[in-house]
This record gives sequence, C-alpha cells and structure tokens, in this order.
Amino acid sequence: MTSAGTKVRVKTMTPPGHIRAPFYLRGKTGEIERILGRFKNPEQLAYGLPAAEKTLYRVRFSMAELWGDAAENPTDTLDAEIYDHWLEEA
Amino acid sequence: MPHDHHDHDHLSPSGHPYRQDNDAPLTYFQRMEIAVRELLIEKGHLTPAEIATQIDAMDARSPANGAAVVARAWTDPEFKARLMDNAGDATREMGFDIGPLHLVAVENTADTHNMIVCTLCSCYPRNLLGLPPDWYKTRAYRSRAVREPRAVLREFGVELPQTTQIRVHDSTADMRYIVLPARPEGTDGMDAAALARLVTRDSMIGTGLALVPENT
Amino acid sequence: MGGHSAGPIPMESHDFALWEKRVDALMVLCGAKGLFTVDGLRRALEDMGEDAFEKYSYYDRWIAATNQNLVEAGVYSLEELGQRMEEIAKRGPTYGEAQE
Repeated sequence: MTSAGTKVRVKTMTPPGHIRAPFYLRGKTGEIERILGRFKNPEQLAYGLPAAEKTLYRVRFSMAELWGDAAENPTDTLDAEIYDHWLEEA
Repeated sequence: MPHDHHDHDHLSPSGHPYRQDNDAPLTYFQRMEIAVRELLIEKGHLTPAEIATQIDAMDARSPANGAAVVARAWTDPEFKARLMDNAGDATREMGFDIGPLHLVAVENTADTHNMIVCTLCSCYPRNLLGLPPDWYKTRAYRSRAVREPRAVLREFGVELPQTTQIRVHDSTADMRYIVLPARPEGTDGMDAAALARLVTRDSMIGTGLALVPENT
Repeated sequence: MGGHSAGPIPMESHDFALWEKRVDALMVLCGAKGLFTVDGLRRALEDMGEDAFEKYSYYDRWIAATNQNLVEAGVYSLEELGQRMEEIAKRGPTYGEAQE
C-alpha cells in the first residue's frame, strides 16, 4: 500500500467482533513508522477461518493527535500495529 | 487472591502440609481446568509430560534472559546493531528459545524513553522475560499508559523531564517489544555479567530505568 | 480500554498457582498443535463482556476462553465437559484432592 513516512488515517468503521485496531485510534491520523510484513488476518483467525495475509504496519501517532489538549506532552508519541485494511491515506 | 494463610506449618484437611494453591476450596474454573486437561489427554491431543515440560520451560524464563541480551547490547556494538535490526534473530543467536516470537527492540537514549503496553489483551515478550507482572495486565495500566504515560511513570518512581520524548508502544498485533534501557552512568569497565545485574524487568518494559551501580 | 480513565495502578503481585500455570501451558500447547489460534482466544475473552474483567481472575477467563475454542473445534462436547466437571466436584473439596 505505502511506505514509511506516509500519512495514514485509521478507519472509523465499528463492525462488531474481534478487531485488532484499538478503538482509541479510530479516525486518528499518524505516520507509517515501518512496514512489518505480511501476517494472517486475525479477524478471520479469530473465528477459526482460513485467513488471507495482510500487510501489517507500525503507525506512529502524536499524543496531541490522540488526546488534544489533554495530552501530557503533545510531541510524545504512540506506536501501534495496524493492518492495511484498517488504514486509508490521509 | 484473597488469602491469609501465610504460615505453611499447619496441615490441610487431607493431612498434608498446607499449600494455598492446592488446598483452597476448589473453584468452578479450577474444575474446568482439570476437566479440559483430562479430556485433552484422553483424546490424545496432549500428554502429561508435554504439560509438565511446558510448565518447566515457562518457569525457566525470567527477566534474567532479557537482562543478558541488554548487557550484551551495551558491550557489543555489532550485536546491538543486529538487535535493533531484528531482535528475534539476535536473541536466538544468544541461545534463547523464544519460539516464533517477532521481537522488536526499542532503544532508550538521552532524549527518548520507550514504554510498552498491550491495550487489547496482555501481549508481552513472555518467551524472553517470562510471564508478565500482574500490574501489566490490569485495566488501570492498560487504560492509562497510552494516555498519560508520564503520570504512570511517576507511580513507578520515574520522573522524566518534558525534554525527554516518550514513545509508547501498544502491542496491538503480532509484534512483541523489549526496551533496551540506557546504560547507566558510572558503568565504564563493567563486564556484561555485572551489567546484567543492573537490568530490571521494569527497565525492559519501560516503566523503570536500569539501576545505577552502588558507589564503591 | 486504551485511553479510559482509571485509578492508580495496583502494584501487588502474586506467585502463580499450579492451576494457573497449567492453564497457561494448555493454552500454549493447544495453540502450538493448531487446535485454535491466539486470536480465537482473544475473541472468546472479549465475548465474555466487560464485566467479566471485574468478576473473574485472569486465568479464570483464560481457561474459559480455551474451553470455548476447544468446544468450537470439536475436541470434546459440552456434555463431556459437563459430566467431567461433575465427577471432579465429587472427588474432593480442594484442587489437590480433585486430581485423578
């Protein structure tokens, strides 16, 4: 999909069930920190189904982006692993 | 678990020395564990020996394993480069059996401090450090670490200046993280074995710092 | 739960009991043998609902999730599980005495 440094947004969709994109990151914009490789989609593995491989990214968010004025220090960061089907280019 | 049986002198109803885990009243989920284990064995999926071996392997893993990796990285720049590039392979190179773990090392420096959490469950580099401490699995740590890491660090006795950038890592998927703490001042000339004794479990989770050697 | 407000972090720890280590071992071994995935365990844990986190201990929840996945995988039936748990209750009042 994309390379390190690209700005991406976590999709805001909220389907029920087992999802590895944490709720607090939905709709937030960050930057690809690195590409981690291809991994089986946990959203299919969770239900005992054959799983397609998906690209997994490490995405870096600023605390200001996540928490606004409530951030302790706006330039502190949070990194999380997000699958490509949860990301859109920002 | 709420319990006040600290003395191991008295005897249980069965006449054996009292052991809290064996002699407290049987719970519903303990019965489930016994039933699941027996059914798995009877149906040929597991053997009692496999279970015992797995428990032994788990008991043998401790933060001392991670501390040896950190001390090597502090003393061997080429190893450190390999650790930062692929922490899983570098750890296996030292002989630690970490299974299929995908391990990422993140380095603390003079101006950067890293901290690990798993907000979705309790992901932890258990194959290297052993089982996570109870606090790591609590709602309080998992809720707050991503929002107010500095306040969390203060509860662990770590006060960082605003000029130090904090990087929190949420283990949301397939990676596990280990913090490479900053090597403390006053450790020039110490060998890897002595340095490893300064590396605490919490310093590798990022809720602590490596210990400063006692003045001699 | 990431980002929710919460009180001070409880720092007390406990040594793992034998039954907790066994739950952990069962979970790891069943995963290694392909009977279920860690994602299946997490899904079952989440399906227990938020209040399960308050009501049950860590390994209470993990054995329940392990069992849920094994039933779904057809490793044994609910009837077999239920009968065995009844038998175990009759063996004795403590974990130690309830072993075969």
